[in-house]
Amino acid sequence: MPIWLDLVVRVLIVIVAAFVLPLIIGQTEHKVMAHMQGRLGPMYAGAYHGWAQLVADGAKFVQKEDITPRAADKPVFKLAPVISMLPYMIVLLVIPIGPGNGWVAQRLDIGLFFALAVLGLGVIAVLMASWASANKFALLGGLRAAAQLLGYELPFVLAAASVAMAAGTLSLSGIVEAWRPWWLLWQLPAMLVFFIAGLAEIRRPPFDMPVADSELVFGYLVEYTGLRFAFFMLAEYVGIVVIAALTTVLFLGGWKGPFGLDAELGWLWTIIKVVAVAFVVLWLRVAYPRLRVDQLQRLCWLVLVPVALAQLILTAAVKLAL
Amino acid sequence: MTVADVLLTAIGAVVVGSALLVVTTRHIVHAGLWLVVTLTGVAALYLVLTAELVAWVQILLYLGAVVVLLLFAVMLTRAPIGARDDLDRPRWPGVLVGLGTAGSLAALLANAYRWDKIELPAAGTAERIGEHLFRSWVLPFELVGLLLLAALIGAIALSRSGDE
Repeated sequence: MPIWLDLVVRVLIVIVAAFVLPLIIGQTEHKVMAHMQGRLGPMYAGAYHGWAQLVADGAKFVQKEDITPRAADKPVFKLAPVISMLPYMIVLLVIPIGPGNGWVAQRLDIGLFFALAVLGLGVIAVLMASWASANKFALLGGLRAAAQLLGYELPFVLAAASVAMAAGTLSLSGIVEAWRPWWLLWQLPAMLVFFIAGLAEIRRPPFDMPVADSELVFGYLVEYTGLRFAFFMLAEYVGIVVIAALTTVLFLGGWKGPFGLDAELGWLWTIIKVVAVAFVVLWLRVAYPRLRVDQLQRLCWLVLVPVALAQLILTAAVKLAL
Repeated sequence: MTVADVLLTAIGAVVVGSALLVVTTRHIVHAGLWLVVTLTGVAALYLVLTAELVAWVQILLYLGAVVVLLLFAVMLTRAPIGARDDLDRPRWPGVLVGLGTAGSLAALLANAYRWDKIELPAAGTAERIGEHLFRSWVLPFELVGLLLLAALIGAIALSRSGDE
């Protein structure tokens, strides 16, 4: 295969994944939430247990009137939804699904660093959306989001640094190769910190302070309708995939399964693990109420950051002892 | 001209153009957003020069933290939508300092290297930078760490002073 065709195919796969996976996650969320709350959830669209609900939602979003507030800053307002999706799509490029070069869109020696750097850009789209909406609820939501994301970036990066230190590499594939099952125990605090901070990074409940529908209406999304709103939703669900995939690759051993056969079945293990982590993300939304702004910052600075730092010391100590 | 030359020139043009917009636009938040473009362009320049790690550090620190903090601060104070004419912007001193710095830097570099060809060193991977940092430059590295720690403690002390 010529190199450009190879590149095009890989990029296309990632783009398709970035648009299809969120739909699957979204549909699962409908059903999981419904059953946890003793409801049935969507049942009619597509006949069988409402499997086509999100396709129908998509069709609905396309038909909705595209409203831009008169006072809004139009170019920035229109650009924000696209930018919100970009970082997550770019991160998908470097996440390995299986061993070798064939199971990752672009192998990078510093894949972890790349992923963390690009994920940090999500907040720019939020700030753009919140400011350009010319709405005080939107602006408040954006400010909350910025404070939250800046704060949680720290434990997020520290937890990831711990596992990179343990593996002795910044390459995501390299980390999975270095991973051993006992790391589940050794890196457990880092995993919890990474996962919780990751949830806060993608602003999922219980960390959805910036959109808090009961106090800020819908935060920075309040002025968005139709396709633009759908883009933000899509970004949120790709975010779930990205956080679940990064947790899998960094802390759960990626494509490594309990029976060997990693070369053939590795991709399946990765997918099973990603789905399991994504399920927990959805579960937490049903299980926990939203944190207050002060609780949110308290959790970050008084729990997650110290735990992440302690984990770094532990990792360094074990690494030196071995 | 090689591909790298073309890329450097094109990205350089974007960087200079957006940087000019940062200082000339009359929308205060747009200035911050153009800064995003400028700094992304600088990261792209590093990438073309194969300094991979520095490029992503640039993205992580300048875009993910510095610009966000800047936008955050602007939005906390006064960030009207639309152009404003009352932005306090010393035009002539700015032009003087900007052109002066750019001109003297250009003159310095031109004088130092003339038409010398300089081979690019090996790619700036994390491994190489780490080796240099922790073998040859440990002391400066630790000193910078200390300096940043002092700044951090200073910031905490300043922000807590109003508590009593």
